[in-house]
Amino acid sequence: MDYSTLRNLADSWGLLYLFLVFVGVVLFTFRPGSRKQAEKNANIPLKEDKQDVR
Amino acid sequence: MKNGFEAAIVGIAAFIALMGAAFSRDALFQAHAWVLFFVLVVSTILLVRRVKFVSDGDSATDDTSGYMDGVVRYGVIATIFWGLAGFLVGVLIASQMAWPVLNIEPWFNFGRLRPLHTSAVIFAFGGNALIATSFYVVQRTSSARLFGGNLAWFVFWGYQLFIVMAATGYLLGITQSKEYAEPEWYVDIWLTIVWVAYLVVFAGTLVKRKEPHIYVANWFYLSFIITVAMLHLVNNAAIPVSFLGVKSYSLFSGVQDALTQWWYGHNAVGFFLTAGFLGMMYYFVPKQVNRPVYSYRLSIVHFWGLIFLYIWAGPHHLHYTALPDWAQTLGMVFSIMLWMPSWGGMINGLMTLSGAWDKLRTDPIVRMMVISIAFYGMSTFEGPVMSIKSVNALSHYTDWTIGHVHSGALGWNGMVSFAAIYYLVPKLWNRERLYSLRLVNWHVWLATLGIVVYASVMWVAGITQGLMWREYDDQGFLVNSFVETVSAIHILYVMRTFGGLLYLSGALLMAYNVYRTIRGDIRKEAPMGAPAALSPAE
Amino acid sequence: MSILEKHGAIERNLSLLFVFSLIVVLIGGLIEIVPLFYLKNTIEKVEGMRPYTPLELAGRNIYVREGCYTCHSQMIRPFRDEVERYGHYSLAAESMYDHPFQWGSKRTGPDLARVGGRYSDDWHVDHLKNPQSVVPESIMPSYSFLAATKLNTSDIKDHLKANRLVGVPYSDDMIDNAVADMQAQADPDSDDVDAMQSRYANAASRYFDGNKAELTEMDALVAYMQMLGTLVDFSLYNAEDNLR
Repeated sequence: MDYSTLRNLADSWGLLYLFLVFVGVVLFTFRPGSRKQAEKNANIPLKEDKQDVR
Repeated sequence: MKNGFEAAIVGIAAFIALMGAAFSRDALFQAHAWVLFFVLVVSTILLVRRVKFVSDGDSATDDTSGYMDGVVRYGVIATIFWGLAGFLVGVLIASQMAWPVLNIEPWFNFGRLRPLHTSAVIFAFGGNALIATSFYVVQRTSSARLFGGNLAWFVFWGYQLFIVMAATGYLLGITQSKEYAEPEWYVDIWLTIVWVAYLVVFAGTLVKRKEPHIYVANWFYLSFIITVAMLHLVNNAAIPVSFLGVKSYSLFSGVQDALTQWWYGHNAVGFFLTAGFLGMMYYFVPKQVNRPVYSYRLSIVHFWGLIFLYIWAGPHHLHYTALPDWAQTLGMVFSIMLWMPSWGGMINGLMTLSGAWDKLRTDPIVRMMVISIAFYGMSTFEGPVMSIKSVNALSHYTDWTIGHVHSGALGWNGMVSFAAIYYLVPKLWNRERLYSLRLVNWHVWLATLGIVVYASVMWVAGITQGLMWREYDDQGFLVNSFVETVSAIHILYVMRTFGGLLYLSGALLMAYNVYRTIRGDIRKEAPMGAPAALSPAE
Repeated sequence: MSILEKHGAIERNLSLLFVFSLIVVLIGGLIEIVPLFYLKNTIEKVEGMRPYTPLELAGRNIYVREGCYTCHSQMIRPFRDEVERYGHYSLAAESMYDHPFQWGSKRTGPDLARVGGRYSDDWHVDHLKNPQSVVPESIMPSYSFLAATKLNTSDIKDHLKANRLVGVPYSDDMIDNAVADMQAQADPDSDDVDAMQSRYANAASRYFDGNKAELTEMDALVAYMQMLGTLVDFSLYNAEDNLR
């Protein structure tokens, strides 16, 4: 393994791999099934401040 | 005696500091040990006498929720105090660059004050803002009291001790010269201890949360705490000359040391000044406009994209240096890609206001948040541009970089912290509202004008320097001597000082406003925005 | 558990979130930093590099202490204007003994990577005492206290030892004679000058601050500045040997 093999790997398969990971992350995160849960989670800060937590 | 144990520990530590002064190997260590001794003796007396610095508001209603808010109150006050100190030193060193006669050797020369300024604003002002807000946010979004009891107080006071030791060290000339990591080895070790305690308090609170989901603001805070720990440990790896002396030698040298430093330096920006403050944005913006974040799922992609990409960007600080080209190229490519998650986050923050844009008119705190996010967007656009090698060839080593940093630090970090403070103070001290919203509005515009003056003036100064350095005449000779490029930007340095003064005066208004609010005063004033009759049709 | 629920698990499980975040932030740094220690063409092969003499090292520590790096870089980039203004572009090898590096990030004042030998000792002393006396438009602060401060020689041996621990090739001989070498370098009439120069090739020995009576911090700082960028003989350096 020298510099130019690593460079070739990074420019081709490495790039493709990272791009696919990115597409996968986006598709997974925005899958229709997650909408309801995400809306619930987004409202966590808006719940009443003063709860008794003791 | 309530604080008996704590007082005894601090008293013993004071004695150890005295021993350090007695057996020191060099004069600087001795001076620094005296500083530490004095601070610890005063702390012991204050602990024994149980002095309180900050009123608890109406003590009858104090902490009825069961949340641990005392430490957050202290954190808010410390944030304001260190903010004013940092901005003031900033104005001072800006003046020194315009009028060098203001340097007072040896303790108040520019070279010693500059790290004082950067550390005061990043670590003292920004760090206190992050610790205070993270303690507030993690309790609210977890429905749990802070974990670890008094450990949170240890984090707060331990961190203040770190700041005092770092700051006094700079003035004495104790520095390892790594930018934003200047404190010497023993102060680094102390910060490590405090930071581990911080992680324990924060993660412990998440562990005992009653909310099944961990809210995204806490992800950003958590990644900030973890990553800063990692960066701090690696970049400060050094061998001390003596355990009773100040000086240490970095484990790395030359090119490796340079990349380690800028891996640290850029991610101090990425995680201290970005991830942590995004945690703030994801809590306080939804709270202030009373709407959930625009897209929670976008915030998930934002999180993973940001923390993965940021770590690579460090080498763009070393373009065209002796760092190997492959590392420079990687740094540039990842810096440009970083534009995407940054703007994803910006859009997410701004769009949280959709449907509530009228608040921009009526609520100066929302106005402050929007300006803050806008500056986040601008500086995360400018950053990738400057990381392009051909642009960097001109901009590097010039004041353009200084302008860029300040549009991020004053615009994004400063404004979002001020907004969080304005949100928190009435809540923490059980006040109906702030003393004056009109004063907040003055703060918004003074600060914004200050930043605009500062950033544009430094942009002009930077490009002037860059172009003059490389200017050739038709004979093929360099046109300008170096000092000609210094005198050419004198007037811009004067204007920069003025911009800094505007920003400082805005912060002074905030301090006054917060003081009156804590006292329980409410200013009689007409509400912000147009009269109700002129409100837009539904 | 289906794949679609996995991220939900991360969102609910603190230790998973912790571990995944840590892995994600480790990758970039590992890939960029670790190879620098192993790829052999990171640092060029050059003749002439030697560790700092004890006096130069003390001077360098003063340079660090006063925060000179906040306004002066020590890294000449390979551009025509920089090479003409400051000299040959900086090589990685030239900072191989620098713990820590002093490349800097800002040029409020000029680059100092090759300032050595460009000005006389007297000029440096005058300039450090009162910069505006030699460069009227300069905005540099005054450092006149350096000429009045005696240099601390007592712990220089420990400094060399600490440097050896982090990889600088100081020999036992160099460490044992550190104090004598330090004094000899600022005292050209001393008998120890030859011995000092046999340990540190091409090290100059002069009354750097012009004051024969006392070894001051000014001596150390000027000695350091006068050797900056002078070690590598560029008439013998062939960049083609190091193409990457």
